[in-house]
Amino acid sequence: MRKGNTTISTSELLRTPPGPLYRWLGDGIFSWTVFILGMAVIVSTILMAIVLYLDGAEAFSRFGIWGFLRGRVWDPGSSFVFGSLPFLFGTVITSVVSLLIAFVPAVAVALFTAEYSPRWLSQIIENLINLIAAIPSVIVGLWGVFVLAPWLRGTIYTPVYLWTLDNAPSLLPILGNPIGYGMATATLVLAVMIIPYTTALTVDALRLVPREQREAAYALGATKWEVIKMAIIPYARGGILAGAMLSFGRAIGETMAVAMLIGNRNTLPFSIIGPASTMPSVIVNEFREAVGNLHLSSLMAVGFYLFLVSLAVNLVAAHIQRKFSFTGGRAV
Amino acid sequence: MISLQRRYMYDKLMKLFFAVNTVLVLIPLVIIISYVVVQGIGAINLDFFTQELGSPSRAMRGQPTGLVHTIIGTFVIDFMALIIAMPFGLGAGIMLSEYPDHKINPLLRIMTDTLNGMPAVLKGLLAWALVVKPMGGFSGFAGGVALAFVMLPILARSTESALMNIPWSLREAGLAVGLPRWRVVMSVIVPASKTGLVTGLLIAFARAVGEAAPLLFTSFGNNYMPNRWTGWIFGPVDSLPQRLYSLAISPYRQWHELGWAAGIVLLSLVILSFIVARLATMEKKYR
Repeated sequence: MRKGNTTISTSELLRTPPGPLYRWLGDGIFSWTVFILGMAVIVSTILMAIVLYLDGAEAFSRFGIWGFLRGRVWDPGSSFVFGSLPFLFGTVITSVVSLLIAFVPAVAVALFTAEYSPRWLSQIIENLINLIAAIPSVIVGLWGVFVLAPWLRGTIYTPVYLWTLDNAPSLLPILGNPIGYGMATATLVLAVMIIPYTTALTVDALRLVPREQREAAYALGATKWEVIKMAIIPYARGGILAGAMLSFGRAIGETMAVAMLIGNRNTLPFSIIGPASTMPSVIVNEFREAVGNLHLSSLMAVGFYLFLVSLAVNLVAAHIQRKFSFTGGRAV
Repeated sequence: MISLQRRYMYDKLMKLFFAVNTVLVLIPLVIIISYVVVQGIGAINLDFFTQELGSPSRAMRGQPTGLVHTIIGTFVIDFMALIIAMPFGLGAGIMLSEYPDHKINPLLRIMTDTLNGMPAVLKGLLAWALVVKPMGGFSGFAGGVALAFVMLPILARSTESALMNIPWSLREAGLAVGLPRWRVVMSVIVPASKTGLVTGLLIAFARAVGEAAPLLFTSFGNNYMPNRWTGWIFGPVDSLPQRLYSLAISPYRQWHELGWAAGIVLLSLVILSFIVARLATMEKKYR
C-alpha cells in the first residue's frame, strides 16, 4: 500500500469486487483499453529499432554491419561509398567534451540552489534554469550562427591561430582553420544546452538526501562545505552520475544547434576548431537531398547506430540510478 | 589538523564559487533572449502576421513578406500531434499509476524513459518510414505523427505523476460507495488531477513546439499558404522551428531578419506555455 495506514493491499484493491456481470465487463474493457493504449509506448520504441534497421539494411548488406561502422569514407557525390566512423567520432568527441565542460558548473549551480540559497532564490534560479532547457535548439543554433561563431572567430580562434602560426606552425593541422564553425563551437554550445539538464537532475538527487544525513554531519561540527563534501555528495553520488549520463544522452541526440554550428565536414575530424559532423547532424543535413536509395539507406543506418548509442546510454543511466540510490547512504 | 579559520575560509570560497557559477550559467539565457528580441523586433509588423513568405525575390524587391502560413502550420501540426499522442499517453499514464502491480509496468516505465531519451531526429525518421514513405509525400500529418512520438513519453510520465498525486484514500472512497474501478478512475481520479494533466499537456506541447529536426523530413515546409484546407494535412506544411532553420541558413539578409522575428514568436510560444504550466503546478502546491 502506498499511502495511509490501511489494511487493504494494493492487489486486493485491484481485484474487481463481486457484482453483476456488467461491472466485470466494464472493468475488463477499461483495463484492456488502457493496457493496449499504454503498449503504444513500448511498441513505438521497438518499432523505431526495427524500422531503422530495415531501412538501413541495404547499407548494411553492401558494406557489412562492422564495415559500415568502421568505414572512414562518406561519399555521396561520386563513389557512393558510405561509412559512419567520422560521425560516430564527431558525436562522441563533442558529447564527451561538452559534458566535461558542463559537469562542474552544473553541479555547482545545483549545490548553490539546493544547499546555499534561500528558498525564494532557489525557486527563481530553478525556474530560470528550466527556462534555458526550454529554449528550442534551433534558436540556440540561430544565435550561434550569427553571434557566437563570428565572435569566437574574431576574438579567440584567429588570435590563437596567428600565435600558433608564428610560434608553433607544426600544431596548425591539429588546431584547424579559424572559420568559426566547427567542433569547438558546437561543443561549447552543447555544453550550454546540457547544463540545465544536469543541474535539474542533480538538484533532484540532492533533494533525496535525508535530513538526518546532514544533521549528523553538522552535529560533528562540520562547516557547510564539509557537510556537502562528506555527507551529501557521497549519498547523492548515484543520482548525480545518472543525471550526467542522461545529459550525455541529450548531447548525443542534440541535432539542430549542432547541425548549424559544426561546419558539416564528412571526414574524420582531426582538428579542434575545424569543421566536423555528428550522427544527428548528417541525418538532418543530407536526408532531404539524399542521392539514391543507398545514400538514404546509409543515413537510416547511421540512425540505427544513433539509436543503439542512445539506448545504451539510457540503460546505463537507469542502472546507475537503481544501483546507487539504495546503497549510496551506507557506502560512504 | 586544519585550523578552524581555514575551514571557514574554505566554506566561504566554495560558496562564492557556486554563486559565481550560477551567474555564469544564467548569462547565456539573458544573451540569447535579448539578441533574439533586439534583432527580430524590427520585422514584427502587420505584414509578418498576415502575409505568406513567397519566393526570395519577393523579399529582395521589398514586397511585404510574412510568416502567417508558418504560424498557422505550427498550431496545426502541434495540435494534430497532441490529438494523436493524448490517448496513448493518458493510457500509459493510467496504466502506470492505477495498475501498479501489473507485470508490464517495470518494462513500460523503462521504455517510456528510453523513448523520452531518444533523439527527436530518430522520431522524425520513424514517422518518415511509417507515414511519408507509404503515403508517397511530405505532409502535415506526417509532422504530427513525428511530434506525437516526441510528446508520447512526456505525456505518459506527467499523467502518471499527476494521478499519483491523488491520495489513495480517494480511490478507496470511490470503491467504498460501490463504483466499479473504471468509474473510480474516470469519474473521480482523472477529474481530481485535472490541473496536473493540463500541466503535462502544456509541457509536452512546449517541448514539441520547438522541435525542428523531426519536421524537416516529415512536414517538410512550404513557402505558401495551402490552396485548400486539406493542404494543411496532406500537403507539406510550414512550422516555426523548421522555417527558422531554413531562414537562418538562407543567403538572403531580408530573410535573416524574418528568421529572428520567427524566433521571437517561437520563443514566446515556448515561454508562455512554460510559465502557464509552472503557475498551474505552483497553485496546486500551495493549495
